[in-house]
Amino acid sequence: MHRFSTIALGSIRDLLPIVLVILFFQLFVLDRPIGELASLIDGVIAVVLGLTLFTYGLELALFPMGETLAHALARRGSVVWLVVFAFLLGFGSTIAEPAVTAVAGEAAETSAAAGFIANNDDAKFLFALGLRISIALAVGSAIVLGVLRIIAGWSLVKLIISGYALVVGVTFFAPAEIIGIAYDSGGVTTSTVTVPLVAALGVGLASSIGERNPMTDGFGLIAFASLTPMIFVMGYGVVIAWI
Amino acid sequence: MDLIASIFSAIASTAFDVVPIAAFLIFFHGVVLGRRFVNIWRIIVGLGCVVAGLGLFLLGLERALFPLGRFVAEQLTAIGSGANADALLPWYSYYWVLIFAFAIGFSSAIAEPALLAVTLKAGEVSGGAIHVWGLRVVVALGVGFGVALGCFRILTGTPLQWYIAAAYAVVLIQTAFAPRLLVPLAYDSGGVTTSTVTVPLVTALGLGLAANVPGRSVLLDGFGMIALTCLFPIMTVLAYAQITALLESRREAREAGRRHQDPPMED
Repeated sequence: MHRFSTIALGSIRDLLPIVLVILFFQLFVLDRPIGELASLIDGVIAVVLGLTLFTYGLELALFPMGETLAHALARRGSVVWLVVFAFLLGFGSTIAEPAVTAVAGEAAETSAAAGFIANNDDAKFLFALGLRISIALAVGSAIVLGVLRIIAGWSLVKLIISGYALVVGVTFFAPAEIIGIAYDSGGVTTSTVTVPLVAALGVGLASSIGERNPMTDGFGLIAFASLTPMIFVMGYGVVIAWI
Repeated sequence: MDLIASIFSAIASTAFDVVPIAAFLIFFHGVVLGRRFVNIWRIIVGLGCVVAGLGLFLLGLERALFPLGRFVAEQLTAIGSGANADALLPWYSYYWVLIFAFAIGFSSAIAEPALLAVTLKAGEVSGGAIHVWGLRVVVALGVGFGVALGCFRILTGTPLQWYIAAAYAVVLIQTAFAPRLLVPLAYDSGGVTTSTVTVPLVTALGLGLAANVPGRSVLLDGFGMIALTCLFPIMTVLAYAQITALLESRREAREAGRRHQDPPMED
């Protein structure tokens, strides 16, 4: 129970700066009564409660399992199982990531309103699902690439530079409607679920391979995970526009 | 009663999101590693919490964070445009939007626990040369600037890819000169600064802004805020690392000089 209240305080702390900034603007800049915002209060409570329960559940069930698995597999040293594990970890954690679900839904609404996809519930649902699956495939591939990099000792900087070049290159072929969504999808993948699981995998792997430095080799997985979704989502946009 | 019904439907629809990760972790644990589950109830209760929490959070987003972002964008652009709401004004007349964007980015990054973890590690690795609070403030400034620049881009309607390509170029140049050990950390810090609460709010702000500024398309101009927000912390961390490394080597050189009792080379 003690852990639960700590997490609850953490969720409130996440939200507090935003609430303070908004209250300040509401009172002093917009010069309007606070009462206008009262209708949002049940939603804010749902956000705090939801985030708390979510994080608590992750720490209770998924994180300990993920961490033991990452360490055990890294020690065992079977590259095939590691790669399978890395891919599924990236894919599964992205599908469960609330920020991805939220932004994909918003992207579907906007695209439907602007006529990029058909404006009905089925089309919106499929578009949002397609986006989430593209992002999840991208994160899965990114974690695989990151794990292979740690095992083989490739240079992070060279891979990142090639990734950047690829992002800029693919932009020329992607339909204009998808570019903003694609660029944003890089940032939304890496929050609550993905970061702790992926960081555990990277650091565990780097410290069980003798000559690797956990600092320079263990990190960098998140960097890939925020790069590949841009490329994959632009690819998804090309496919959507082509169909 | 309506609220309760929507809570249940939100929770039911998120249950499927958690199935893949749970199924595969349990599969690996039980089948591949062949381990026994020490505490099965812990896993069941934990998964229940994850599903319920995810449902509640998404419901709260729909009811609070998205409307809030839109509402603020609408109100602040209304101040900027004054009486003639249909005319396109120069970007600086919307300065309150930019100030708000910076404030939201800065304050949410300062409070972000993932950022604290990253800065603690950076301090450790640099042997105390990098100050935890200094780095935190510097990253938060980067995030605030990123959100504000995202708003500026929407106000001016310039293509996102120019900004991204230019930012990449700056990051690459910085990488060439930055201390090697901190490069991966800096790249990772871009992703971690955007929390689950900040992402939807900033997205809604961008979409609301694009909807309210005349001549902007929500789909073409509204997205892209998160992308810029992720790039700027990389730059600020690299810059900060480089400046501290430079100051440190200067200080060391000076101390070494004093120890050898060499006269300082000054003209």
